[in-house]
Amino acid sequence: MNELDARGYSCPEPVLMTKKALQKGTPLKVLVDSMTPVQNITRFASNAGYQVSHRAVGEDFELTITK
Amino acid sequence: MSKLKQHGLIIVAGAVVGLIAAILSWQGNPYNMGFCIACFLRDIAGAVGLHRAETVQYIRPEIIGLVLGAMGMAMVGKEFNVRGGSSPVLRFVLGFCVMVGALMFLGCPLRMVLRLGGGDLNAVLGLIGFALGILVGTFFLRAGFTLKKSTPQPKAEGFVMPLISLGLLVLLVLRPAFIFFSSEAPGSKAAPIALALIAGLVVGALAQKTRLCMVGGIRDAILFQDFHLLLGFIAIFVAALVGNLILGNPVNFSFTDQPVAYNDGLWNLLGMVLVGFGSVLLGGCPLRQLILSGSGNSDSSVAVLGMVVGAAFCHNFGLASSAKGPTANGQIAVILGLIVVAAIGAANLNRKKA
Repeated sequence: MNELDARGYSCPEPVLMTKKALQKGTPLKVLVDSMTPVQNITRFASNAGYQVSHRAVGEDFELTITK
Repeated sequence: MSKLKQHGLIIVAGAVVGLIAAILSWQGNPYNMGFCIACFLRDIAGAVGLHRAETVQYIRPEIIGLVLGAMGMAMVGKEFNVRGGSSPVLRFVLGFCVMVGALMFLGCPLRMVLRLGGGDLNAVLGLIGFALGILVGTFFLRAGFTLKKSTPQPKAEGFVMPLISLGLLVLLVLRPAFIFFSSEAPGSKAAPIALALIAGLVVGALAQKTRLCMVGGIRDAILFQDFHLLLGFIAIFVAALVGNLILGNPVNFSFTDQPVAYNDGLWNLLGMVLVGFGSVLLGGCPLRQLILSGSGNSDSSVAVLGMVVGAAFCHNFGLASSAKGPTANGQIAVILGLIVVAAIGAANLNRKKA
């Protein structure tokens, strides 16, 4: 499992980090700190043809991206 | 997800913002300035005496409403998230530089769109500059620019900007003698307090919910071919134009005789290059920074404070343009601002990231 911790980064860094991490393959787990990057990453990955789901983990959110 | 479901809300939000801006101008705010983050922060800086430019001093209720509306919506959506500590002083300086650029152009990106919606063709030059600035900023992002992580902060940190906003509201209502209010335009041109406050609350709530961001629209289109936020941007333009026409606000498509604007294309353009570039490095436009400052983000709060101090400097040292045109001091400041923002960009490239 490919993992990425993008908590705390400003827009649009979590999306750029996800884009880069996806080059290493799926499935990818991404940890972010608010719903804004959840939505941004979901929009980006969906447009790029990936399946995306997310769930709350304490104060944070974890996205799972698969092909 | 269907396209309408995905993009519907941001289009509605943009349309409401554009319409509200037209209504505010109709009800007393300067034309093509129904809503302007840079101008209104500048007016507030003047009202509390940080600068003494007599024509631009007023506590704009729209700003108070924006912060409180964003806070309310963030609370309701369980998104009030107190974080900070991501290069605060650099963010202050970036906020300062963004304001120098905005007061060269005479407006933040939101007012730029409103000026377009009022037929001010000078704003086309502003838009070109804005897009160029964003493009340059995306090169830095692609090269690994980062102001590093924010971390959770004490809860009280997140309430500072909302409390300052409430304090400003008290000052606005009580009008103590030590607060400055312009008696001539444009600072004296203002919609009724209640209307302006409600407008701010509505826009603040909508912008928090939808993440509406002028910089984000063009930035995401360049970086990800994602046009989501850009739809909000376009909706503001259309709604402002239609709203102005319906309400009888002046709409003359020309370069001359535009309200609170001048027609020196180069400096309209360069001012907005600085705004676009600086805002990309901040992660959002002035509106977005203000919304985040109401949502618990102390990094954005620092950026907003940088804008307020920047506005004060602009008027204390003759950097701000007027309807007569740019000033020599302002031109030097914009060039210096571009150098400072580029230096901040170059100094924070992290090639190892992710």
